[in-house]
Amino acid sequence: MKRRAILLVVGVFGLLLTLPLWASPYTVSLATLFLFFAYAGQAWNIMMGFAGLLSLGHALYLGVGAYTVAALYDHFSIGPWLGLWVALALCGLLAAAIAALAFRYRVAGVYFALLTIACAEFARIGFDHFTWVGGSGGLFLKVVEPGRMDLLNLRGPPAMFYYLILFLAGAALLLTALLLRSRAGYYWQAIRESEEAAAALGVNSFRWKMLAVMISAAMTALAGMFSAFYYSNLFPEQLFHISRSIEIILGPIIGGVGTLFGPIIGAALLTVLADGATEFVAAVGWDVPGVKQLVYGIVLFAIVGFLPEGIWPALARKLKLFQ
Amino acid sequence: MPFDFPTLLNVLISGLMTGLVYGLMALGLSVIFGVARVVNFAHGEMMALAMYAAALLFSRFRVNPLLAVLPLGAAFFCFGYGLQRLVLRPFVIRPQHSQFLLLLALAVVITSTLLIVFGPDARAVNLDGLLEPVVIGELLLDQAKLYAAVVACAVAAALFAFFRLTYTGTAIRACADNWLGAQIVGLDVDRLYAIAFGIGASCVGVAGCMMILLVDVTPGSGPAYTLLAFVIVIVGGLGSMSGALVGGVLIGISEAFGGLFIAPSAKSMISFALMVIVLIFRPRGLIADKS
Amino acid sequence: MSASLAVQQISKSFRGLQALADVSFEIQPSTITALIGPNGAGKTTLFNIIAGAQTPDCGAIVLDGCRIDGLRPDQICRLGIARTFQMVKPFAGLTVLDNVVIGALSCCSRVKEARQRADAILDMVGLGPKRSRASALLTLPDRKLLELARALATRPKLLLLDEVLGGLRPTECDRLVLIEHVMRVVMALARTVIVLHHGEVIAQGTPANIVREQAVLDCYLGEPLSV
Repeated sequence: MKRRAILLVVGVFGLLLTLPLWASPYTVSLATLFLFFAYAGQAWNIMMGFAGLLSLGHALYLGVGAYTVAALYDHFSIGPWLGLWVALALCGLLAAAIAALAFRYRVAGVYFALLTIACAEFARIGFDHFTWVGGSGGLFLKVVEPGRMDLLNLRGPPAMFYYLILFLAGAALLLTALLLRSRAGYYWQAIRESEEAAAALGVNSFRWKMLAVMISAAMTALAGMFSAFYYSNLFPEQLFHISRSIEIILGPIIGGVGTLFGPIIGAALLTVLADGATEFVAAVGWDVPGVKQLVYGIVLFAIVGFLPEGIWPALARKLKLFQ
Repeated sequence: MPFDFPTLLNVLISGLMTGLVYGLMALGLSVIFGVARVVNFAHGEMMALAMYAAALLFSRFRVNPLLAVLPLGAAFFCFGYGLQRLVLRPFVIRPQHSQFLLLLALAVVITSTLLIVFGPDARAVNLDGLLEPVVIGELLLDQAKLYAAVVACAVAAALFAFFRLTYTGTAIRACADNWLGAQIVGLDVDRLYAIAFGIGASCVGVAGCMMILLVDVTPGSGPAYTLLAFVIVIVGGLGSMSGALVGGVLIGISEAFGGLFIAPSAKSMISFALMVIVLIFRPRGLIADKS
Repeated sequence: MSASLAVQQISKSFRGLQALADVSFEIQPSTITALIGPNGAGKTTLFNIIAGAQTPDCGAIVLDGCRIDGLRPDQICRLGIARTFQMVKPFAGLTVLDNVVIGALSCCSRVKEARQRADAILDMVGLGPKRSRASALLTLPDRKLLELARALATRPKLLLLDEVLGGLRPTECDRLVLIEHVMRVVMALARTVIVLHHGEVIAQGTPANIVREQAVLDCYLGEPLSV
């Protein structure tokens, strides 16, 4: 990676590190949201950008991850960092099962996307009736006194969550960067460009696609855990809803699918735009729900229509970050 | 739970009638996908839009939804025509998921606009004249469903006639079969694609008018209908119009029985399970990605 | 490396059309063998079958005494058979070097090693100066060269070259099988020539003998008109 790019990343990271010291609580919560979608988008990007599989049901892993950790914590007092391993394994296996079925029976492209949507919807309705974890009424985690920080049990002030997601987003970026330069990264790109040619060069595309799928799902499960403990409540209607899946994919698509920084740039842009629009509308006197989604929709429309590669590739060229 | 024959028969017929409306909606998708090869991810949102439009016409202008099919059908035809001609045309050459995402964006825009304009509460149309069920022997037929089913059948029949008997209809079918060949023969493919999309959209317009008599609508109703349409089209056979109707009826009946035997809220799980099964086990030729 | 490839009674038909009928021949170690025949003779199908991209209806392919028919293409690559494609398939989004690295990764365990190997191969085929260029920007002859370099990077025991024009120096591998319409190249390079026509082997032998066989002349020049 070129020096300019590294400097930029370090600079931004440094800025974000100090954020809670000088920004308002509202800004911190906004930044937390931005980092959450940057992280989740990065996770989704691995499946789409590298394995070439359009998943529109990633909310499935968000929900299953969230519920697994939350249920273990709520019913058996198992700490979230332990319960996480169960969630990672569960989501990895679930994703592997779906992908294996799809590969075996040649369900690809749009049909694969529909399959993922169906799975997420299935889970949504299923969990609505899953009374052990609260059903449609929701699952609520015990809230502790504010100010007391308990990282082990993920109970604490917003700042704690902020730093946690900042760390996670940074780790995801690092992980993706490392993966890209590894054998996995090379093979994924080869498979994406021409599966036939890749096979002729000794690449077992099934195995590598499965790897991408499982990593993507596991990472999303982690996001689910974060979501569960940050909001302290879980509802199937929210966690598994297709809107979550769409929110996850917005960042990478707008920023640039398959690129390293695309999901981050996209998430940043969306957060700023959506918040800006809501503020503007409130200032005008219109306190209407739906404005944020409208902005999302319009931006997505514009990007897919005019900048199908996403913002990041064009931006990187402009800034001359890579020769 | 009473499992006697009259109850089961009533449930069956009720599901069948609702299924015909579903089928009409899915027919629209079948035409759009089968001809213009557009994966219309905004199909359900268009349905929600149609339902809101019908509700609005009823609450503001006292227009009976059964009559509103004409203006709304026409309006949706224009909308579909315009959408294909002006917006989607350049996407024919792009990768398929790109087009899919554009329509996804449209879906989000429609949903959020509905939310902004109408608010989150449900809307419905209740015609007083339709409260009494029609009694035929042991059968109790809901009037609204009956009329909706009749209109759906009529529209479907008209469409079949159009595609079989008119010149334009035949031309459209030719386009669907062979895009390049159609151009070589001199057919204005762009216009025909747009007409096809318009027809598909007007199916949704009509279906929406019918549907609002049967259930209520919220801004978030869109995705469920989109999925339903895809389930029906996949189960019934891609690009097959009669398959869409048959699939619709099948889904309508299975939902009705699912609602009876399992919890009512779980009935769409059956549809999803059906779709997953069909996606996986359908012969490859029908599933293979055409791009 | 004294291995050999035996093609035994391979047949393949597509929906009634017989693409290959009872094709049998052997490739000797350390030789160049040319597979020629008019368009539609079944050459690419045969390559696809040997490389594992398609399965034969019946018959067997034996590499070094082991049957390989029915294996996946990536498995066959790892057993030592590399192939190029008639319609070149570069990894368009990757650089020239990265393209070859993919190939090298099949026989190198570390990415660093693979990059070094890829560098060496590129220098050998003459694409060295263009290693950082996007492969999508290459000219067609360079793409063919890239295709060759990629295949060579897998350290194959057998290299199947599909319509690759231009000079070839088999310093990296033992044997080559060519599909080549350019008779001059065939005559100059090949030790053995196998002629396919309508899915059947109609002649085998040295280049000099092949050109004298009536069956070969008929299939390329057409049968004499009876006036």
